[in-house]
Amino acid sequence: MALWEDGLSARKLPQQVIPLVIIFAAALAALIIARKILVPKTFGDLGYYRAAAVDEIASQPISYAGSKACLDCHDDIDQVKSQSKHRGLSCEVCHGDAAKHVEAPDEVKPIKPIGRGYCPLCHGYNPARPTGFPQINPDLHNPGRACMSCHNAHNPMLPHAPEECAACHRQIASQKTVSHHATLTCVTCHTVPDGHLTNPNTVLAEKPKTKDLCGKCHAQGADSPAEIPRIDLATHGGRYVCWDCHYPHFPEAAR
Amino acid sequence: MKTEEAKTPRREFLETCGKALPAWVVFFATIKAGTLSAADETEVYDPKQHDYAMGIDIHKCIGCGRCVNACKIENKVPAEPYFFRTWVERYVIPAEGEAQVDSPNGGRDGFPEMKTDPDIRRAFFAPKLCNHCANPPCVQVCPVGATFSTQDGVVLVDETYCVGCRYCIQACPYGARYLHPEKKVADKCTFCYHRIRKGLLPACVEVCPTQARVFGEAGRQSSPLRRFLRFNDVTVLKPSLNTNPKVYYAGADREVR
Repeated sequence: MALWEDGLSARKLPQQVIPLVIIFAAALAALIIARKILVPKTFGDLGYYRAAAVDEIASQPISYAGSKACLDCHDDIDQVKSQSKHRGLSCEVCHGDAAKHVEAPDEVKPIKPIGRGYCPLCHGYNPARPTGFPQINPDLHNPGRACMSCHNAHNPMLPHAPEECAACHRQIASQKTVSHHATLTCVTCHTVPDGHLTNPNTVLAEKPKTKDLCGKCHAQGADSPAEIPRIDLATHGGRYVCWDCHYPHFPEAAR
Repeated sequence: MKTEEAKTPRREFLETCGKALPAWVVFFATIKAGTLSAADETEVYDPKQHDYAMGIDIHKCIGCGRCVNACKIENKVPAEPYFFRTWVERYVIPAEGEAQVDSPNGGRDGFPEMKTDPDIRRAFFAPKLCNHCANPPCVQVCPVGATFSTQDGVVLVDETYCVGCRYCIQACPYGARYLHPEKKVADKCTFCYHRIRKGLLPACVEVCPTQARVFGEAGRQSSPLRRFLRFNDVTVLKPSLNTNPKVYYAGADREVR
């Protein structure tokens, strides 16, 4: 009782508490210092993350320059392209990342995909592609020839109609060249309207309809070289037409 | 007397003007500085004014994989065929049974021609990427605050702060994250944040030849995305998870998840 009433004793902490207070104070100071050192500078400014990271990510260098950068120098090509079916394509779709080319136009040149490897990435036949998207079968469509030898990539529509039927009907043409019909031109049997060259799917070439066409060479009394095999047009094959049994582009192989 | 009166105010006036000269200089200087700082303020990027999002039109995707290629080059994504920030999936829907999904090398080299089977009803391509969810599960689980939603609505990874614990990779319901094999940190699509802040399009959108990918801001009238959202019947992936994705799909089949 007397101890508590003495002002000096009341202010004095119990001896066993003093080290505890020191330890707690030191721990608190250590925590504050550790937090100061370990928590990054801008952490928590905008949320539970380092705000400086946003600007760090934003300042990363670019690889693709964007098609607007190309127009500064290559507006002549853009004029062609903007009128063509490829108008929606950015230059870097085919020419690759060109930011370095924009910085040093003479030293770094963008790629130019030539040959047949690149175009089929978009235009190769694939049933999962949307209906109506122009597709070809790369194995059959003029094999061995570079796409660029007929199509200008900046304006891919054909500038002229194909000169040979084989440009499109390659499979038939290659078969015909090893057959007895090798010397016959396509128009010997097919009538080809003018429009077929430019609109092949709407204006169709005509196929023979009767036996008489084959009979011009193969009938008994036909005015043709003697080595050509003859048949009696009236009785041979009965009611069937010739191409029911003989494939005209490779007649040796009877069906 | 009259002349004296007239003289004094003129002298006083000129004297006052002379004294006030420094004040004029300060006044014009502040006006000039004011207009300059106002011009600076319009240049300063305000993330709160933006809300980035992407639209993907399944009907337009031709599966050429140029987006995957561009993304890998632009963001220096490892070339191995299992690290992707964006990839293209091919869905083949048969008459009966499960849809078949494939993505050889993410679609980067195109897709090999598939067997034409009369049982196949439909086939299409679906590009995938980080959905930049408004309610992102990956951000919730990050123990150190290394992945976060920015104020302009993009989910980013702070690669200097990520500890590589892979929690976020597990948490992402869209499989959009991977562990970078060299940096040993989580990595994912940033909507090409370094490009969009410079006013460019994300690399995948830049090179998409059929405009199957549309990038913009859902809240901005002039944005092409606004038009995309208005003209299309859009869906998001896994809406039931309440992640609130910001990649909108037009023409996506229910098989696309």
